[in-house]
Amino acid sequence: MSTQETVLPLARPEFKAQYENFIGGEWIAPTNGNYSENISPVDGQALTRIPKSSAEDIELAVSAATKAFESFKTTTVVERSLMLNKVADKIEANLERLAIAETLDNGKAVRETMAADLPLVVDHFRYFASVIRSESGMVADLDPETISQEVHEPLGVVAQIIPWNFPLLMAAWKLAPALAAGNCVVLKPAGPTPMSILLLMEVIQDVIPAGTINIVNGPGAVIGKVLSTHPDVKKVGFTGETTTGQLIMQYATENIIPSTLELGGKSPNVFFESIMDADDEFFDKAIEGLVLFAFNSGEVCTCPSRALIQESIYEPFMKRVLERVEAIKLGDPLNPTTMMGAQCSTNQKEKILDYIRIGKEEGAECLIGGEAYDNPAHPNGNYIKPTIFKGHNKMRIFQEEIFGPVLAVTTFKDEQEALEIANDTIFGLGSGVWSRDAHQLHSMSRGIEAGRVWVNCYHLYPSHASFGGYKKSGIGRETHMMMLNSYRHTKNILTSYNKNALGFF
Amino acid sequence: MSTQRLAVTKEAIKTIEKLKVLHGDLVFNQSGGCCDGSAPMCYEKGDFYVPSRNVKLGDICGCEFFISADQFEYFKHSHITLDCKDNFEGSNSFSLETAFERQFVSVSRIFTDEEYNNLEVQ
Repeated sequence: MSTQETVLPLARPEFKAQYENFIGGEWIAPTNGNYSENISPVDGQALTRIPKSSAEDIELAVSAATKAFESFKTTTVVERSLMLNKVADKIEANLERLAIAETLDNGKAVRETMAADLPLVVDHFRYFASVIRSESGMVADLDPETISQEVHEPLGVVAQIIPWNFPLLMAAWKLAPALAAGNCVVLKPAGPTPMSILLLMEVIQDVIPAGTINIVNGPGAVIGKVLSTHPDVKKVGFTGETTTGQLIMQYATENIIPSTLELGGKSPNVFFESIMDADDEFFDKAIEGLVLFAFNSGEVCTCPSRALIQESIYEPFMKRVLERVEAIKLGDPLNPTTMMGAQCSTNQKEKILDYIRIGKEEGAECLIGGEAYDNPAHPNGNYIKPTIFKGHNKMRIFQEEIFGPVLAVTTFKDEQEALEIANDTIFGLGSGVWSRDAHQLHSMSRGIEAGRVWVNCYHLYPSHASFGGYKKSGIGRETHMMMLNSYRHTKNILTSYNKNALGFF
Repeated sequence: MSTQRLAVTKEAIKTIEKLKVLHGDLVFNQSGGCCDGSAPMCYEKGDFYVPSRNVKLGDICGCEFFISADQFEYFKHSHITLDCKDNFEGSNSFSLETAFERQFVSVSRIFTDEEYNNLEVQ
């Protein structure tokens, strides 16, 4: 605990009193002149003022993006790759400032923004900068005189609507492939986290052509529909909840355009008895693997929010797990020693507390936590103690995504029951399997219905490993070069070198 | 009298009436997952295509309130009170009240056995 006293919180950077929309390479005030306060969940204090935009601002942004696309679509992969690398370099050079801004905007601990969010953002731009240099279309000799070429062309202007749990990383996941493929973007940040992306734009605005990235902040009810249905928007990428996902797919039918959706999750994290065959570094890793439900204050679509533990090891394993949860240090999110920060908004905090109440009403046994955390550093912030419930998989706390540091634990007898419980959910985003038995790892990882199975690990998000959902967790795969094809057309050029007519007419 | 699945607070009624003036008839759909997933979404009737297999939980102020069939499976033991709160921090949804820095919320509690047995559709 001595480090706690000696390590000071990181200093707050100066923010402008007011930010504008970023449209056509310029900082433009909202047409209606309206702004809202951006409140930090860390301490409940206003950080800055953010545009409360209207349909007119979306028109300006789509128009700027459309204009920019005229020249951006002709850029070479070399030029776009260099641009993305410059974006990455700029972000890297400003990493600490952006990480602190992200912490203040979202509430997550600065330890995470410094070590995970921002380094992953940087890497994501570099990944897409590199893959476009080494890919090519396809050519087929259909017969000696007929050649088929499959070439890629960007879609045009794309809309991206991002969530508040990883404001910068989710922006990077969407911006990097869209730009790499040659598109121009209109991006709507999430209401609770409008600021950090604007700081990022300040950092990179000199290395991207005007109009390639446009940022418009405002209420979804006012600007979401006009953006998603705009006839000049050629694709919508969205991360969020199921009903808005359905609505976006529905809006996409108006203009016959594609949409990709990353929706919720209720990810099973399955622990087999062999993890306790030895009390070694692997067992230590498995304990941490369960406690990762508290990563990002639990506000992760792939949060390992259901732990399935083989009943033969339940008691001794949970004993060790609870010791580790007990050791999670709450405190000032800006202090690098703080392990878990704030929830993203007051509403989110209240929602999590509501689920904790529902869990108790349903008869789940609260093993640790189960209440708000009164943070002496920030009495007006939104803090919850890491919480573990024991119950059964039909309970609502096992079926609904709480999006907070609340873990639902249950036990299973054997592999078959583990698989049944793991797949008894409407979602299929993440999952984890922990075992020393190679056959079990294989059969479980193939049996689980989810887009990502972490095997003897969890919460790793490297570029070049695809990410996306089965079932109601969405459509599309991010963080992999395959995402490029969802941001571009495939054009077939079919060439005949035969000088003779077909002979039909 | 059979048990009702839904109730509504005065705060929610005030916001619904305000939205009706601006948008006409409304519809609610309980969402799920991710950032704003536990919130009910409020749209202009007809703007949101209510999936044909969704379950209707009841009517609030003349507006139908739906939930997807698979979500209903684990919501069926819960009574929902539609409330509305200030939300100055914004959300990620397109729900209409977010334009006014408000947020509909579904506050739920588990039915007693007696209430559950008196439901028309269990």
